Parts: sequence; C-alpha cells; structure tokens
Amino acid sequence: MEDYGLTIIVGLTVGMLARLLMLRSDYRHFPGYPHGYVTHISLGFVAAALGAVAVPALVEKEYTAVTFLALAAQQFREIRNMERETLNHLEEIELVPRGKDLVEGIARVFESRNYLVIAASLQASVLTYFAGLPWAVLSSGIVLWIFSNYLAKGKVLREIADVVPSQPYFGFAGYKTLLMVDEVVIMEVGLESARKKIMEEGLGVLIKPKDDNARATLHQVGQRQAILHTVSNLIGTKKEVGEPEWSPIARKNIDTGEVALFILPNEPDIRPLIQAVNITPVLESSRTTPLESKPGKLAQD
Amino acid sequence: MAEVVSIGDILAVVALKEVKTKVGGGVPIFIVEDIEEQEKIAMILGKILNAMVHNLENGMYIVTRH
Repeated sequence: MEDYGLTIIVGLTVGMLARLLMLRSDYRHFPGYPHGYVTHISLGFVAAALGAVAVPALVEKEYTAVTFLALAAQQFREIRNMERETLNHLEEIELVPRGKDLVEGIARVFESRNYLVIAASLQASVLTYFAGLPWAVLSSGIVLWIFSNYLAKGKVLREIADVVPSQPYFGFAGYKTLLMVDEVVIMEVGLESARKKIMEEGLGVLIKPKDDNARATLHQVGQRQAILHTVSNLIGTKKEVGEPEWSPIARKNIDTGEVALFILPNEPDIRPLIQAVNITPVLESSRTTPLESKPGKLAQD
Repeated sequence: MAEVVSIGDILAVVALKEVKTKVGGGVPIFIVEDIEEQEKIAMILGKILNAMVHNLENGMYIVTRH
C-alpha cells in the first residue's frame, strides 16, 4: 500500500483544487452561503477521493471497486436534488423568483461539477502512477485551467443579443394608462400617482436577439424570468410585498421577437441595468437551436 | 407570485356615480363622487387588499389580484 500513497495524495489534492476553483461565489454561482460551501467542499472531497483511489484499486486487480463509482453517481444525483430543494424553498418567498429554469440550471451545474472533480483526480492519479509526478502536475495544471476557463462558464446574454436603452412611456395610441416599452405593452397602471413615479424613475431596455436561435431562447419564459431575477438582484428593485405596481416585467414583442424589459430600480441609472442584462447566463434548458434543423432554416426568412 | 400574469379575481370596482348603471355583479362596488375621491379610494383598497389598481378609462377603477 506504501507505493500508492503519493498517487492517492496527488489525486486527492488535484480533485480538491478543481472543486475549489469551480466554487465561485458570485451571484449566480449559488451557494454563496457559508454552509453551502461546507456541503459542497465535503462532497467535493468524496468525489476527489473516489477518483484518486480508482487507480490503486485497479492495479491491485480489485475490479469490484469500480462499483463504487456507481454509488458515487447516485450520491451526486442527490446533490442535484438537494440544491433544487433548497432553491425551491427559497423561491416561495422571493419577490422576484428565479424561475424553474434557473433553479434546474444551478442544480445541474452542481451535479456535473462533481463529475469533473472525479475526472480531474482520476487523471492526476493515473499519471502519477504510470508516468511520474512531474507529468501529473503539468497535466493537472492544464486540466484545471480548462475547467475554470471553459467548462465552468456558460454563455451570457451579451453573446446572443444586443441590449439597448428604451425609455418606458404611457400614452401609446391614446391609451394613457398602458405602460409601454418600445411597442410592447408592459402592464396597465391605474393610479395617477403610480404612473407619475414610474415616469420619473422607471427604466426600460430592449433586448434584441442576434439571430433566430437567440430569438427562440428569449421566447422561453424561464430565460426571461432569469433575466429579471439577475437584474433585480444586481441593481435592486423597488418592488415590495403588496405593491404589484413596481414589479419588473419582461415581455416579448410578438412580431419581432425582441424582449422589452421594465424595472423600477433603486437608482435610476441605465448603464448598470444594461450591464446586468448583458451578464445574465443563457440557461441550458432555454437554449434552443432551431437554425440547425431544416424547418428552422426554412422559417428563417 | 409567478411572473406569468393571468388576471386573477376582480376584488372590487370603484365607479363614478355617473356610470354606476354600467356595472353590476358579485363584487363590491364603491360609488364615488369625483375622480379625486375615486383615485384615493382605489389606492387605499389596493393597499388593503395587496392588489393592483387598474383604470378602465370609462369612469371605473377595478382592483385585482395577479
């Protein structure tokens, strides 16, 4: 067993490093709660250990050890459920909810990150055992770099759409109570005082999809809800319990596919709003690519 | 709660006295003298009921929950 000490330690270390690198704490990489960190680091340790001991087990011809991997898969599905449950519980009292799509997206990310950890520690221990420590360090460096730069990052809205400012207004076609952004009806605001406040402080942007794939993505209500949640979290909203007038809302222009977004932010400043929309993640579950199919291509023009 | 809006129930109607014959049914109807009173009553009702005030632009306000 002495010979395997180094192999296991290298595998374990690389696995843990991978988990820590992928444990971002910015707003959309939930947890961001101290106890969330503890849970994820512990499970990351389990994943790293699984990857690290696989090589010694196989070398010793203990093939049954592979069944542990099946157990691991089961375990990590559990993580997904755990994240989903936590977020769904929080969702109930959220003023601007994340939406089911974003919750699923976050949960899935946390499950898959544990598989990445297994892969990282497995390659580290394989190389340590068969090629030596220097090779393992080199290869682990490359793998970790790829993980943190590509795999742990999804697309953001900036890549699929242009975001331009568009002042909300009342009085489209003589309807003085309909709140509009561009040509999209946002909502009906009955009270004079509420209309006045919205005119003074409300902000709007128009999200213009770059192609038909992007249009299909923005068509998903879950994606729009994720945008609203991100924006409200980053720049703040005046929405309050029992005051539906100040709700941020995103609606589609049915003719062009553009999405008009209205929000009553804490500070009426348009630049942070545009930035916040720009960095909203494009959700896996909302991402659709009709242009890659024949009917989609035909429908394009 | 959800962002997808469907009109819920109409909780109350605040109608100017000129148009009170235009409304009826199973919801409380508040009949008011002028627009100023109408705006005020509608706002208070909205606050009490945690609901949204809409203006039908025919002399009537409705209070609904979304």
